[in-house]
Amino acid sequence: MARQPALLVLEDGTAFQGESFGAQGETFGEAVFATGMTGYQETLTDPSYRRQVVVQTAPHIGNTGWNDEDDESRQIWVAGYVVRDPSRVRSNWRSNRSLESELVKQGIVGICEIDTRALTRHLREQGAMRVGISTETLNAHELQQKVLEQPQMSGANLVCEVSVSEEQVLPAKGEKRFTVAALDMGVKSMSPELMSERGMEVHVLPAEIPFEKLQELNPDGVFFSNGPGDPATADAEVELLQRILDAQIPFFGICFGNQLFGRALGYSTYKLKYGHRGINQPVMDLTTGKVEITSQNHGFAVDAKVGEPKETKWGEASVSHVCLNDDVVEGLELRGDGKLKGFSVQYHPEASAGPHDSAYLFDRFAQMMEENAQTH
Amino acid sequence: MPKRTDIKSILVIGSGPIVIGQACEFDYSGTQACRVLREEGFRVVLLNSNPATIMTDPEFADATYLEPITPEYLEKVISIERPEALLATLGGQTALNAAVALYENGTLEKYGVELIGASIEAIQAGEDRERFKEIIDSLEVPGAHPETARSQICHTMEEVLQAADELNYPVVVRPSFTMGGLGSGLAYHEEELRQIAGTGLSASPVHEVLIEESVLGWKEYELEVMRDGKDNVVIVCSIENFDPMGVHTGDSITVAPAMTLTDVEYQQLRDIAIACIRAVGVETGGCNIQFAVNPENGRIIVIEMNPRVSRSSALASKATGFPIAKIAAKVAVGYTLDEIPNDITKETPASFEPTLDYVVVKAPRFAFEKFPTADSTLTTHMKSVGEAMAIGRNFTEALGKALRSLEDSKSPFNFAHPVDRTGSELLISMARPHEGRLHDIMDALRLGVGIDEIHEATKIDPWFLDQLALIWEIAEQVKEGPHDEHALRLAKRHGFSDSQIAQLWGTSETDIRETRWQFNVRPVYKTVDTCAAEFAAKTPYHYSSYDQETEVAPREKPAVLILGSGPNRIGQGIEFDYSCVHAALTLREAGYETVMVNCNPETVSTDYDTSDRLYFEPLTLEDVLEVVHAEQQAGPVAGVIVQLGGQTPLKLAQALKDAGVPIVGTQPEAINLAEERGAFGKVLEEAGLQAPEYGMAASAEEALQIAHEITYPVLVRPSYVLGGRGMEIVYDDESLTSYIERATKITPDQPVLVDRFLDEAIEIDVDALYDGEELYLGGVMEHIEEAGIHSGDSACALPPISLGSEVVELIRHSMERIAAGVGVRGLINVQFALHQDELYVLEANPRASRTVPFVSKATNTQLAKAAARISMGESIASLREAGILRKQGDGTLILSSAPMAVKEAVMPFNRFRTRDGDWVDSLLGPEMKSTGEVMGLAPNFGVGYAKAQQGAYGHMPTSGTVFVSIANRDKRFSMFPIKVLSDLGLHILATAGTAQVLKRHGVQVETIRKSYQGRGPNGEPTIVDALLEGKVDLVVNTPHGHSEGGQPRRDGWQIRSAAILADVPCVTNIQGMAACVEGIDALIHEQADVRALQDWNAAVEAELEGMR
Repeated sequence: MARQPALLVLEDGTAFQGESFGAQGETFGEAVFATGMTGYQETLTDPSYRRQVVVQTAPHIGNTGWNDEDDESRQIWVAGYVVRDPSRVRSNWRSNRSLESELVKQGIVGICEIDTRALTRHLREQGAMRVGISTETLNAHELQQKVLEQPQMSGANLVCEVSVSEEQVLPAKGEKRFTVAALDMGVKSMSPELMSERGMEVHVLPAEIPFEKLQELNPDGVFFSNGPGDPATADAEVELLQRILDAQIPFFGICFGNQLFGRALGYSTYKLKYGHRGINQPVMDLTTGKVEITSQNHGFAVDAKVGEPKETKWGEASVSHVCLNDDVVEGLELRGDGKLKGFSVQYHPEASAGPHDSAYLFDRFAQMMEENAQTH
Repeated sequence: MPKRTDIKSILVIGSGPIVIGQACEFDYSGTQACRVLREEGFRVVLLNSNPATIMTDPEFADATYLEPITPEYLEKVISIERPEALLATLGGQTALNAAVALYENGTLEKYGVELIGASIEAIQAGEDRERFKEIIDSLEVPGAHPETARSQICHTMEEVLQAADELNYPVVVRPSFTMGGLGSGLAYHEEELRQIAGTGLSASPVHEVLIEESVLGWKEYELEVMRDGKDNVVIVCSIENFDPMGVHTGDSITVAPAMTLTDVEYQQLRDIAIACIRAVGVETGGCNIQFAVNPENGRIIVIEMNPRVSRSSALASKATGFPIAKIAAKVAVGYTLDEIPNDITKETPASFEPTLDYVVVKAPRFAFEKFPTADSTLTTHMKSVGEAMAIGRNFTEALGKALRSLEDSKSPFNFAHPVDRTGSELLISMARPHEGRLHDIMDALRLGVGIDEIHEATKIDPWFLDQLALIWEIAEQVKEGPHDEHALRLAKRHGFSDSQIAQLWGTSETDIRETRWQFNVRPVYKTVDTCAAEFAAKTPYHYSSYDQETEVAPREKPAVLILGSGPNRIGQGIEFDYSCVHAALTLREAGYETVMVNCNPETVSTDYDTSDRLYFEPLTLEDVLEVVHAEQQAGPVAGVIVQLGGQTPLKLAQALKDAGVPIVGTQPEAINLAEERGAFGKVLEEAGLQAPEYGMAASAEEALQIAHEITYPVLVRPSYVLGGRGMEIVYDDESLTSYIERATKITPDQPVLVDRFLDEAIEIDVDALYDGEELYLGGVMEHIEEAGIHSGDSACALPPISLGSEVVELIRHSMERIAAGVGVRGLINVQFALHQDELYVLEANPRASRTVPFVSKATNTQLAKAAARISMGESIASLREAGILRKQGDGTLILSSAPMAVKEAVMPFNRFRTRDGDWVDSLLGPEMKSTGEVMGLAPNFGVGYAKAQQGAYGHMPTSGTVFVSIANRDKRFSMFPIKVLSDLGLHILATAGTAQVLKRHGVQVETIRKSYQGRGPNGEPTIVDALLEGKVDLVVNTPHGHSEGGQPRRDGWQIRSAAILADVPCVTNIQGMAACVEGIDALIHEQADVRALQDWNAAVEAELEGMR
């Protein structure tokens, strides 16, 4: 692919010269870095990256091409893609086409041949910020002005932009044991997949679904997915979740779902300096003291204190998981009469990309629904 | 879980001498372990026979036993020290095998010693292929299908052949319980199978081999796994082998992280690895799991698992910044991963998985030039003697750096030389894995051969092949396009050295460097930080890259750069790393900021906490100059130390100085004085010292003429040598002519040196310090073998066993004159020969020698530390005052409390076979062949020598059968020692000629047939048969001269080969035999007691104190 000169400029004016990668043109978003060494296909198709320009710290990207099986959603969501050394060939028995052809097909503007480590260090020190990539202008000042005109990630409500418009049902694999209402705020396909494998019939629902319609499904449990944007803007979803809790339906949330669970329980959320985006993040399950290596992708977090449970009208809420790198809250749980009523994690137990250490949480969800069914 | 408090004292077992497959990576791991355990307040008891290691320095353990790693000696240590626990997972296969032996003979139970790290069950499950297979085949891993290769376990040749029929050829042969793949191989047909499996059955201590389906050509991966007592498991690193299955991972180019796996496949490997460590039951610590992945369909086969720290763990530690051995030691004593901080970030815990934003390439270093008859085909049987690692921001950069790190001029791609073979010839050549395969591929690419065809021939992944194609395309672009800044940046971004660019542009390396500097095209230095910059790194562990931003921090203290010794090779190994590490330790204490430059991932020197700063860089002029520049930008640079890392940094000294770099210690001019024959001759002349006569021949005729002048025998060699490469002793015109035809390209530019060879001389090795005024004799070592056998291969003793004090004084005076004449500031090593009471100077090396660690340990004086301090301007007098050197006297003081220290070399002969499948010959000569050494400490020579032999071979017979076959010229001096052996109760076996002479001396002897005679009419065995049947416990075989082409006669060779095969000690010279007899006598009549180095030292210090 013929490469054109390309330019990357951050909102603070820091500029990197590189070459075009993927589609040519201009793109803007929030610059974030992702440290996974595998799984670029899953990363690119993760809806949580909506409006974000992903800087890949692993230098060689595209080595295994693109296949028809590993997409985590219906399209690539990143706003832009920054890599150092794109692969010239693809080498994998499952590969159907090259990464770059897929980027071009989906109109994703990227940039390559830049010092991604320098950029990452800058973002680490200065925090996530807005960025522009262009093959149209190579004037840094001009591009910076455009970057500054872009909306901030804080205050952005992006859920509706990524959610399905209509209900989709994934049947249970094997014997059906539960019905799960899964609110799609940017769900990755592996989450419904892992639920389905555990005998759950998964109804993937638009994020804006009214409580009554959700109740019509008579779900055994409700699942809130991951998703992009600022959780502080998702008031409607928080209200919905509070009604779900009122109705005593077991709840399981991931990532954005964890932040909404936090808000529903009365905690606030805040923006991290540069977020957690990688597949090597250590999280401790505070109930067992065991460490899981987790896949993470979040720029916001719940503001709660470890070891200080909080009384809510549904029972006692507490922090269940914590990131060992920086003590950020990574999970919450709600217990009434000692029984688990709902729980959520900030990271990605569905992995894809990432380690499978936390897949047990889907079993825990099933167990919670089972126990709830027995008591009702 | 916090640290265990029920344990007070821990026994750590090291890995013994450096051998192929088990090198200094276990010094790195053992040193880390000892350091950590002591910091945690445990009493550390260490047993390791290898004196060249840092771990056996007295300050790394509370009690250090330099004793043979055998169950007998271990029991002696345990009975004295009574440790509660034994940690055996950091000393390689040697330590693991020793632990199993202690368990099986009941020692562990008898003394109540708990095995920590891996349990006996886990060790056995990892080693016992059948049990391992059962475990893997029964693993349940969602979404993955772990299996092992289909296989059958066999104990006899009949079973082997039957298994192969069922599995279809080719099949792999894997002996149980051997290390480094010893005795394994791939057989395409029955004949090959019989040969390989025959070897394998005898190599296995339990006479067991596995015959298994071939996964040749599959993709090969390794994962390094760490588990704690709470069952937290992390993957430290993934490694992908450039060379697919079929080449031992130690002989492969390997790459970290894995390059050609999607997340789905990587996570399958990860899940299987974790399930595997749990099922095998490695409760705490690191292990290494190898996988083969079918490139057609992703089928995964688990190849093997090592329930211990391995060579790959060392590589993974250096590649990621995650110190596996250190963490393994901590989890072994009870900590959990989340309780251990990550040293590099300080703020985050060790319970995470490192992520890399760079590419690491490891390349093997071979020594086939030392074993010209050996088959160079790479197989599942490891043959490389060392490795270099390089880090770059992409694969091409890392590969380029790795290849030049090997310090072999043939190693980096040479784009200037014409391709002299056709595409099809190259395709045939590359199909056989061998050292030059990478160059076959590059040449084929240059001829336009397609990647598909190359892949078909080699099965190397197309992604890697495309990277090689990229390198060639860049080369062409750089060559054909404008010779400008852009071209330089492009070439540099893909790992080209200045010298490679110079080849392309038809100019000199210096020209390129000047142009490059004018354009300010210089590398930046990135940091290995375990986390891809997510967190700030507190540890300055750097690598160069031609990228944008540099991360070298400014500093105020003056820096000293220490240049390491690069990849291990025969002649330059761990001993030099030992000296470099000592320099780093002592100069840090002296207030300098120490900066280490090295590229060997196995070493202690490349641990990020050995020096204040670490640059993981090739040791070429270009790379060193750039590091110096970067450090000069960062703050004051006091100088560069070149005298501790062996020949590697020494070679750079003059060019560095010419470039304005301050060299501290002995100056390049002085180095040249010692290395250049003519100049050195003058130094000797002025000092009134004599050297054997010699001449330099520019043609074969001249060589003959010189030989006649100085009379045979003569020692011949090319003019530039390291470790005696290419040297031979010749006794007549015929063999001299043959040598010149065979071994040299004689030209006026590349003359051949012809030295008078001093037959039957005593060789003496001396290490000394010189500060410009005072000489400090570190130690005088007397070789056991006569001059002519390379000093690295010879056993030696300190103090000297037969030299009188007048000889030592003569040596002192000679040393003073040489050191002063050359201009040494620091260490100097001189080899002397004592011939008919005349002292001759053989050679002088103005640098740390191979024997520095041995002498330092034998005399409790840290010579390398002293050398580093002298280099920085301190005097011997001040070092005496500071307690680094003895207050009075030196290493030659005769002390009644000091041990007799004996060093023995360890040979790699069992690694190499000829193309016909025979073993290469085990004769010793002027060419160094040993890979490692052991030390024996005892009150007298006999016991010390016996211990050294036991350390080297694992055993020394005190009963049983000795076979002797003595050359005529040796017969006279060998009769008495053989008679002693007979009197000691050993049964003597000899071939007819030797037997006849022995009988005349009244020795009881049994005559045995020579191998060419074949079995007798009644099935009487030949000596070779007897050896292979295990009926012989010791072989004494001195060579009967040379036959045509410089090859020893076939008879003796067969005997020695059979001895290697049967793992029987084999003595090939008369002095060695005499020492052996003394040793056997000592073992029979005396107690071989163990004593900690610290106790020896305390006694010596007390005696020294009393002398004042």
